Amino acid sequence: MKTILTEKELGLTIQRLSHQLLENHLSFQDLVIIGIQPRGIYFSDRIVQQINEQIKPAKITYGKLDNTFYRDDVRQGLHTLNQTDMLFSVENKTVILVDDVLYTGRTIRASMDALLTFGRPAKVELCILIDRRFSREVPIQADFVGRSIDTIITQRVKVLWKERDGKEEVVLL
Amino acid sequence: MQLSTKHLLGIRDLLASDIQTILDTATQFKEVLQRPIKKVPTLRDVTIVNLFYENSTRTRISFELAEKRLSADTVNFTASGSSVSKGESLLDTVNNILSMKVDMVVMRHSASGAPHFLAKHIPAAIVNAGDGINEHPTQALLDAFSIREKLGSLEGKKVAIIGDIMHSRVALSNIYLLKKMGAEVMVAGPPTLIPLYITEAFGIPVEYNLRRALEWCDVANVLRIQLERQNQVLFSSLREYSLAYGINRKILDSLSKEILIMHPGPINRGVELDSDAADSKQSIILQQVENGVAVRMAVLYLLAGKATNL
Repeated sequence: MKTILTEKELGLTIQRLSHQLLENHLSFQDLVIIGIQPRGIYFSDRIVQQINEQIKPAKITYGKLDNTFYRDDVRQGLHTLNQTDMLFSVENKTVILVDDVLYTGRTIRASMDALLTFGRPAKVELCILIDRRFSREVPIQADFVGRSIDTIITQRVKVLWKERDGKEEVVLL
Repeated sequence: MQLSTKHLLGIRDLLASDIQTILDTATQFKEVLQRPIKKVPTLRDVTIVNLFYENSTRTRISFELAEKRLSADTVNFTASGSSVSKGESLLDTVNNILSMKVDMVVMRHSASGAPHFLAKHIPAAIVNAGDGINEHPTQALLDAFSIREKLGSLEGKKVAIIGDIMHSRVALSNIYLLKKMGAEVMVAGPPTLIPLYITEAFGIPVEYNLRRALEWCDVANVLRIQLERQNQVLFSSLREYSLAYGINRKILDSLSKEILIMHPGPINRGVELDSDAADSKQSIILQQVENGVAVRMAVLYLLAGKATNL
C-alpha cells in the first residue's frame, strides 16, 4: 500500500480545485455541480462546501447522480443502487460532473447518459480527484484534475473519507 | 443485492431480506419516474411476454409500463382471441412463445398454482401477476411500499384486511408479507367470507365487527367483493353487506384516530367503500397504483439479472 495523497495534501488539492472551478466559471448562476454516486459524493460535498463559502450568501445548485441503470455492465451481475438527488433540470446549464477516480471512463460515460434524462445541458465538464492516466477504455478526459498518476491494471486506487472510512487519504493498493 | 429466488411466484417463497431489497430498489425507481425522461435503458436486451388468461386493467397496464420504462421488448397475450380457444394447452402455448426467444413471463391465470407449474417446465423467469385464489405478490409488495412510504416502516404497524378474504389472492399475499416484515395483521369481514382455518394457519386475529377492526388498525386494506368468483350466495344482498361492512365518511370520522384507506381496485363504489371515503385524503388508493409501476420495475430489474444466467 502506497500513499498518494496524505490528509493535508488532499485538503490542499480540494481547495485548489474549488478555486480553479470558481476562476473558470465567473457566473455561477447557470452552474450546476453533480457528484457521482457512490464515492464521488464525498469529494463533491467538499468542493461545494468550499465554493459556497467563497460566494456567500449565494449557493451553488448541487445534485447527486446514480448511474447504475445506464452502466454498460448493468446486466453482468447486479449493482447496488444509490440515491439520485436531482431536484432541478439541467436544461441550458453548465454542468460539472465530480468523481473521485477516473479510470476506464465508463462510469463517466454512463453518468452522461443518466444526466441527459434531466435535460440538455449547455456544457458538461469533468472534475476528478485522481486521474489514472493511460488506462482509458473510452475517449473521455477530465477538465479539472487533482493529481494524475500512472498505474497498472492490477492496482487499485482508493480515496478514503472521514465520514465513510474513518480517515482521509488517497492510497494505491 | 440479489434475490434468493429466480421467479416471483408468491410472497410465501420470499425471505424478509428479499422483500426489503425489492422495496428499497422500488424507491430508486420511483425517483426515476419523477424525471422528465422516465425511461432507463437497463433491460433493453430482454424480451418479456405478458400472459393474461384473466381480465385485468391495473396490473396489466402497470406491468406493461414498468417493462417499457425499463426499455424491455414486450409482447402481450390475452387468452381470448388466441389459440387457447382452439384447445391449446398452457404449456404448449408458453413453449411456442418461448421458442421465439422470450426471457421472462409475466402471468395471470384463474387456476391457482399455474405459474408454479410453468416454473417447473420452462427455463424463463416467471412473475406471478395473480393466480386464482392463491397469491398476487406484486400487489402485496406495492401495498407494503405504499404503507412504508406513508408511515415510515412496516414493523409494528397494524393492518386490517377487510372484506372477501376467502376469494382473495391479495389478502393471502398481504398476510404473508406483513407477517414477514413484522407488521400486525387482522382480517375482518362476514364469517361466510373468512376461511375457517385462517387463525390456525397464520395465527392472526379475526374480527367480525367492522367498527372494532377499524378502531384497532392503522391501515385498512379494503378488498373488493368478488362477485365473479362466487357461485354460491354468501351474504344476502350487496345492500346488506354495505350496511354491515361498507366503509364511509361517517364511520371514519367517528374513529378515535385517522387511519389510512387502501384498496387494490377495482372499487365497487357504494358496496365495500363509499365515494366519500374512497376519494378522501385518508385514501391512498391512487398512490398505490402509482407505486405499482415502480415496484414492478424493481421486481423485473432484480429478476432479469438472473434471467441472463440461464
